[in-house]
Amino acid sequence: MSDVNETRTPVSVAGLEEVYSHLQPSARNPQLVERIIAVNFVLGAVLFACFGWAFWINAQPWKLGATLGGGMFFAGIGLVAWGKYLMPRGPFVEERHVLANSDADRDAFAAAIVERGGDVIKRRKLLGGLLGGSLGIFGVVAMFPLLRSLGPLPKNTLDHTDWTKGSFVVDQSGRRVSVGDLAIGSIMTVFPEGTQDSDRGQAVDQTVLIRISNQDFTTQKGRESWGPSGYVAYSKLCTHLGCPVGLYEQQLQMLVCPCHQSMFNVTNGAIPQFGPAPRPLPQLPLYVDTQGFLRSQRDYHVPVGPGFWERH
Amino acid sequence: MTTKRTQRAALGRYGQVGKTLGELDDRLGVAKGGRSFLDKIFPDHWSFMLGEIALYSFVVLLVTGVFLTLYFIPSQAIVTYHGSYLPLDGQKMTQAFSSSVDLSFAVRGGLLMRQMHHWACDIFVGAIVVHMARVFFTGAFRKPRELNWTIGGTLLILAIVNGFLGYSLPDDLVSGTGIRIAYSILLSIPVVGSYLAFLVFGGNFPGTSIIPRFYILHVLIVPLIIIGLVTAHMALLLRQKHTQFPGEGRTENNVVGSPMFPVFMAKTTGFLFIITGITALLGAFAQVNPIWQFGPYDASRIGYAVQPDWYMGFLDGALRIWPSWSFHSFGYTIPWEVFIPAIVLPGLIFNIVFAWPAIERRFTKDHEMHNLLDRPSNRPKRTAAGVAIFSFVGMLFIASATDVIANFFHVSLNSTVWAMRILCTVVPFAAYPVTYKICRELQGVKGGGKRKTPNVVTRTEAGEYLATPSPVYVDDLHHGRDATEVPTFIATDTEEPGESGVRTVER
Repeated sequence: MSDVNETRTPVSVAGLEEVYSHLQPSARNPQLVERIIAVNFVLGAVLFACFGWAFWINAQPWKLGATLGGGMFFAGIGLVAWGKYLMPRGPFVEERHVLANSDADRDAFAAAIVERGGDVIKRRKLLGGLLGGSLGIFGVVAMFPLLRSLGPLPKNTLDHTDWTKGSFVVDQSGRRVSVGDLAIGSIMTVFPEGTQDSDRGQAVDQTVLIRISNQDFTTQKGRESWGPSGYVAYSKLCTHLGCPVGLYEQQLQMLVCPCHQSMFNVTNGAIPQFGPAPRPLPQLPLYVDTQGFLRSQRDYHVPVGPGFWERH
Repeated sequence: MTTKRTQRAALGRYGQVGKTLGELDDRLGVAKGGRSFLDKIFPDHWSFMLGEIALYSFVVLLVTGVFLTLYFIPSQAIVTYHGSYLPLDGQKMTQAFSSSVDLSFAVRGGLLMRQMHHWACDIFVGAIVVHMARVFFTGAFRKPRELNWTIGGTLLILAIVNGFLGYSLPDDLVSGTGIRIAYSILLSIPVVGSYLAFLVFGGNFPGTSIIPRFYILHVLIVPLIIIGLVTAHMALLLRQKHTQFPGEGRTENNVVGSPMFPVFMAKTTGFLFIITGITALLGAFAQVNPIWQFGPYDASRIGYAVQPDWYMGFLDGALRIWPSWSFHSFGYTIPWEVFIPAIVLPGLIFNIVFAWPAIERRFTKDHEMHNLLDRPSNRPKRTAAGVAIFSFVGMLFIASATDVIANFFHVSLNSTVWAMRILCTVVPFAAYPVTYKICRELQGVKGGGKRKTPNVVTRTEAGEYLATPSPVYVDDLHHGRDATEVPTFIATDTEEPGESGVRTVER
């Protein structure tokens, strides 16, 4: 800065102030503002240095953030104040140019497209059509390898789970659940044996096992044999959006989905009592084998989880 | 000193800078355009800063995001955690989750960068929404700026999408549930839903492809599109010049404000620092998304009170309060209970946003160019419509907290949901007439916009009363201001301005 000013003769601003008032800083007391800005820049510099030091000694994250953020903040305040209070206050005026061109220019532009295009392409409609057609086919065909390779087709995988006739009911660690394991009113997440560690087991087969009473429990007409010794099992996938129905309100005997608060009455075939879920949770028919282990009679009678087009 | 002066003489009037620019101009011809770029005038108003907040929080996102990519591993391979966060020791989790925890605790500055990245995203989307509201209510989207309005709306969608993708990457219990919901939303699309979901996820949920796929979308593809559109947004701004509020000397044909260099540049660069600083302070002192407390994703577990980031709130709210109407017939199912609130509704809202300039033109028949902004109160119908739309989305946002509201006020969840259903329906229709009335009232208030000219009542000697309109207020007359000079030297101790290259900006 200094050697630039050196070559010039500073002129008195007294006379110019009126004429060039928009060149004056907007601060009423520029010296004071300059000092305040200087303090901000010094604070910024000090905090940046502290940030470097804090990073060097691997200080706690909040110290890194405080020094970095503080430094940035003060440097920014100083710079904004410099621009706002010490630089020419303006206002300066600029004319807007009209964006639109003259009619002649527009015509020339349109003419180039229409006439040249008309001459060269329109006369050869067949060629143009063939080229367009072939590129169109290429476009569609090119999409297929890309799209098709993204994943398998659903086929009927959404309709079935891995529960089959005689699947052992196991807990998260793979231990078989027997008839004495749950106290009345308690709940457990179970899987068909062998799937408890797989993605699909976790995501699709997850089932909530609730012991409602000591006697065989019927949740709905026609399900007389599904709840041996008071054990009932429902798919854990909410029929709204597939969140795990993880909360059990023991007093109300309701399963609650924490995502959007759908509530399912477990004594009544898990019919939704409240919330956006449209369908009951599918119930898994259980039986107790001769050794006292809980097993499934067969797969769920309807697809589990949220709705989709092909769902029967 | 003498040597310096001699050197300067040899280099020419503007020293090394002039020489370098000369060399550059020889090759690129940048002198003329460069000068007019530096002279470009930006109007001053606090509300023009809202878009800058969005732009600069995006800069913070890019920088912190690059840092995070150096340590994050986008893989769903299962590992057993033995890192520095002991409560998770020995747990099985995906590499995505373990590397997210590691970069939070084992990488120097990692936690700060992660929190800054998350905060910057929340600020980014918020700033876009508020900036958009400013543009809407002041009518800045009118001709010739409809295209930039469309680009801005697209940027909002992309920001929300990329926010969701990034939020999903750590594969923690909360974000994993979010991905599960996204999968179910895809499934709900009639006819093609299950195919679409399987193609996106590479099979049934969760599979092992979704984190790597979200990753490449989040760090490359979507940001590239955002950068391209932001560039176009800025380029159109430069080409069409910024709008300004009416005021003394401001007309449809000029721009009154500060020049690009140095005034605007100083202020805007300072503002970049301030945004970065505030983001860093938030990252330092306000914990956000503590994934180590949620734990790794496990499809059969769920956290209580699952809440997405704020900008997904309106979708979550819509999903909560939409009734459970499912269509099921002829062996097919249309999950209206998901498809309408999660896909039709946001589609409708954004289509109204995109179509708004055309909708408004249909009613106003206004095909003129507009460079002067409206006061919201002078456009009561537009303002009322905007408030109605915003209040609708706002009510959906509040509806995403039905469980929290029910807990906090000790009311039943059932009545909370019903209250939100009623509010979402009633509030927009109530907001329109109320806003309209307020706008009309404001038009009559001094300083509140276009005033009704008051009548001055006089009494003649004969006892006759006369009402004559009073003269127009001085500041209601907008005189054009002549183009003023943008001088080369703007220090007060400058050479005589007349000789030193003062030029009138008239292009």
